[in-house]
Amino acid sequence: MRGAVYQAVALLGVIAVGWFLVSNTLDNLSNRGIVTGFGFLERPASFAIGEVLAEYSPADTFARALYIGLLNTLFVSALGIVLATLLGATIGIARLSPNWPVRVIAGGYVEMVRNVPLLLQLFLWYALITQGLPGPREAIRLLPGVFLSNRGLVVPWFGPDGFTAPHLAGFNFQGGAAISPELAALLFGLSVYTAAFIAEVVRGGILAVPKGQTEAALSLGLSRRQALRFVILPQALRIIVPPLSSQYLNLLKNSSLAVAIGYPDLVSVANTAINITGQAIEGFAIVMAVFVAISLALSALMNWYNRRIAVTR
Amino acid sequence: MTDTAVSISGVSKHYGAFRALFDVSLTVRKGERVVVCGPSGSGKSTLIRCVNALERHDAGTITVNGIELTDDLKTTERIRRQIGMVFQSFNLFPHLTVLENLTLAPTRVQKIAKVEAEERAMHYLGRVRIPEQANKYPGQLSGGQQQRVAIARALCLRPELMLFDEPTSALDPEMIQEVLDVMTGLAKDGMTMICVTHEMGFARNVADTMVFMDGGKVVEIAPPERFFTAPQEERTRSFLSRILSK
Amino acid sequence: MTWIRKNLFGSPIGIVLTLLVAWAAWQIVPPLWNWAFGHAVWFAESPDACRAAAGACWAVVTTKYRFLLFGLYPYEDQWRPLIASGLFVGLLGITCDRRLWDQRLLLIWAVTLTVALFLMRGGVFGLSYVPAEQWGGLPLTLVLSVVGIGGAFPLAIVLALGRRSHLPVIRALSVTYIEIVRGVPLVSVLFMASVMFPLFLPEGLTIDKVLRAQIGFILFAAAYLAEAVRGGLQAVPKGQYEAADALGLSTAQKLRLVILPQALRASIPPIVNQFIATFKDTSLVVIIGLYDLLTTTRIALTDPPWRPYYVEAYITAALVYFIFCIFLSRASLRLERSLNAGVRT
Repeated sequence: MRGAVYQAVALLGVIAVGWFLVSNTLDNLSNRGIVTGFGFLERPASFAIGEVLAEYSPADTFARALYIGLLNTLFVSALGIVLATLLGATIGIARLSPNWPVRVIAGGYVEMVRNVPLLLQLFLWYALITQGLPGPREAIRLLPGVFLSNRGLVVPWFGPDGFTAPHLAGFNFQGGAAISPELAALLFGLSVYTAAFIAEVVRGGILAVPKGQTEAALSLGLSRRQALRFVILPQALRIIVPPLSSQYLNLLKNSSLAVAIGYPDLVSVANTAINITGQAIEGFAIVMAVFVAISLALSALMNWYNRRIAVTR
Repeated sequence: MTDTAVSISGVSKHYGAFRALFDVSLTVRKGERVVVCGPSGSGKSTLIRCVNALERHDAGTITVNGIELTDDLKTTERIRRQIGMVFQSFNLFPHLTVLENLTLAPTRVQKIAKVEAEERAMHYLGRVRIPEQANKYPGQLSGGQQQRVAIARALCLRPELMLFDEPTSALDPEMIQEVLDVMTGLAKDGMTMICVTHEMGFARNVADTMVFMDGGKVVEIAPPERFFTAPQEERTRSFLSRILSK
Repeated sequence: MTWIRKNLFGSPIGIVLTLLVAWAAWQIVPPLWNWAFGHAVWFAESPDACRAAAGACWAVVTTKYRFLLFGLYPYEDQWRPLIASGLFVGLLGITCDRRLWDQRLLLIWAVTLTVALFLMRGGVFGLSYVPAEQWGGLPLTLVLSVVGIGGAFPLAIVLALGRRSHLPVIRALSVTYIEIVRGVPLVSVLFMASVMFPLFLPEGLTIDKVLRAQIGFILFAAAYLAEAVRGGLQAVPKGQYEAADALGLSTAQKLRLVILPQALRASIPPIVNQFIATFKDTSLVVIIGLYDLLTTTRIALTDPPWRPYYVEAYITAALVYFIFCIFLSRASLRLERSLNAGVRT
């Protein structure tokens, strides 16, 4: 009975605070002549987006602009996740290496990267690319057809004219595919930063497999490599997957720092839209809905995974 | 020479300042059943772990089937393939089914075909009397069943020597007998065995030789009839009176 | 000798790796040393000295250190944020001492925060008033993170208890809050705080930018801290609840006297980790235009003659963050070890 009273009071409290905030907001908005509602999504966005993965022009709607932003968020996150996983797994295993220099370097990497804000790292990478690298005419040739300059990285890729290699035309490269300095800095920064956390997850997972498992595998005559591959890693993977997935989610959320170096991700596009239309509530609601939906989907996936492997550990 | 399975001579082992084994010598003939007993911390587990190269001895030599144990990885792996080991805590692989636990080493180490490995696995599961559990995961079995699977897993390598490291110590009392029965059966078939155990009834039944260790040293080696009725050493007597009065 | 053999030349691959690392170090370390120290310019009247030198230009930091550290805070009064920063650091140090983990710590936090904030704000005891808009640099970073965690803590305990409540409505509210906030990037929370908070308030009431960001941090950190506290609550064995019930304690007494003291101790390491995360996250206020350490660094770099020395400036800022974070994570490790050892239960 007392419980019901508590719950009613809590619920009423939340509703009252919510009502207070919403009514104030509505008043403020109507005073400023802003019409609430999602109708603005159908209006032309009338701003340009620097990097697009699908067709877009300022004449397209706000909805389309947000969609382009979301594509960019997903694109940089997906690439970042792949790179961070490869780098992180390597460093995590290196931290357990019997070789002292390798262990120390891997440990130093993790400590250094984890303890400096990601945003600062992004600024440094961005400055190094835009100010530290030479112009396109003196571009650094990494591989045949792959050039690094203060305009970013260009690689051979499929274009409208088929598969082409980039070549210098005027002051910039033409053909192939270009990774802008913004995207390059963001991708690099996110991967380097997240890799340090993934390395710790991987290391923890391997260490969490009981020592008896290695001993049992060795006493069956398996070599160290076989023991790692057939016995330790499969078990470590089960321990690693849940915290790894939350690191992926962190990377996705951190990709919103794109706004600070001018890569048009979802948050950055939504921000521009809010500034133009003044429709802050709707804009933030969309951004929040997208991110919460992705994280809920991921945690549902993890619950399913944990149930599936529950029997085997 | 050819009928010596294991020869341990002058083996010592330290963990920092702690002396785990001191000048231990022991010879095991082929087909011999040796039971090692002693108070906890006496070095008996360390000794058989050294035979399997899970621990590296500091001094002395250990020879298994005429091959001396060295730092060399190839030699170590070769020797381990001739030895089956059963642990106190089973150490079954939780991510693999019972059948997969049994076929892992035969297919990966001895490179035999999967079908053949499974036939062999089912044969040994039959011998430990749980063929019906083949497709379950270790986590779904009782402790006694898990330990019997572990014994079958070790047998699948067709080892010439079996090491048992307190195989019943982690089991509930009602499950101890089923594991001991399997071990007795193995002994009757002529398997060379070194068992570290406190099960004195089992020892009396199957042992050819009793070894008593204390403080990292071998205190007494004797056949069971003399060991249990007329132990020579005072320390053996007091240990036996304590353990048998339980 | 055995150590060298095992750790440097354990296997053929090990030998190759060791030699590779040695070669790379030989290639990288001497030039790096020369750049950072050998040919570096530590002090300079003007950037010209730097342009002539072959090494790092630390002069960009030594020339502008007052702005980097304190931002726009009035020059003559910068001793005030300096002392406030000292108070914050001392507060963190004291918090790491387990002997003080009881009601006293709450009091120490309340008093220290009040004194430090009044010192910075002024307007009393003859100190001139300095509006929060003028706070900047390291003290602002410390204010945002320390007040952020301090303010989030009570909210986090309520949320954590709410999430474990057997009352479905309370539980649903807590879970919704925690999951939504944890699912959203901090950037959008801060944007929201800076854009939406003014809209939330009745006409005529305004709220300054720093306070807006501060509330954003508190609301954000609370959701993560709540999960840390929940972990601690889960670590309290069921028998403790039963024993408290058996003694006839009321629900409030049970929580205050038996459950929370144990749960909070168990969750101290994740709480410290959350503090480190918040400390790093304060750098995001760059995006909403506050003058924290990272912003002052960036503004210092807009001065054209000093622009080329961004690496030196960023490295210095990174070093400040690094020292704080390393200190905190070491403290957390020590705490974790002593907690695991059960020195005091």
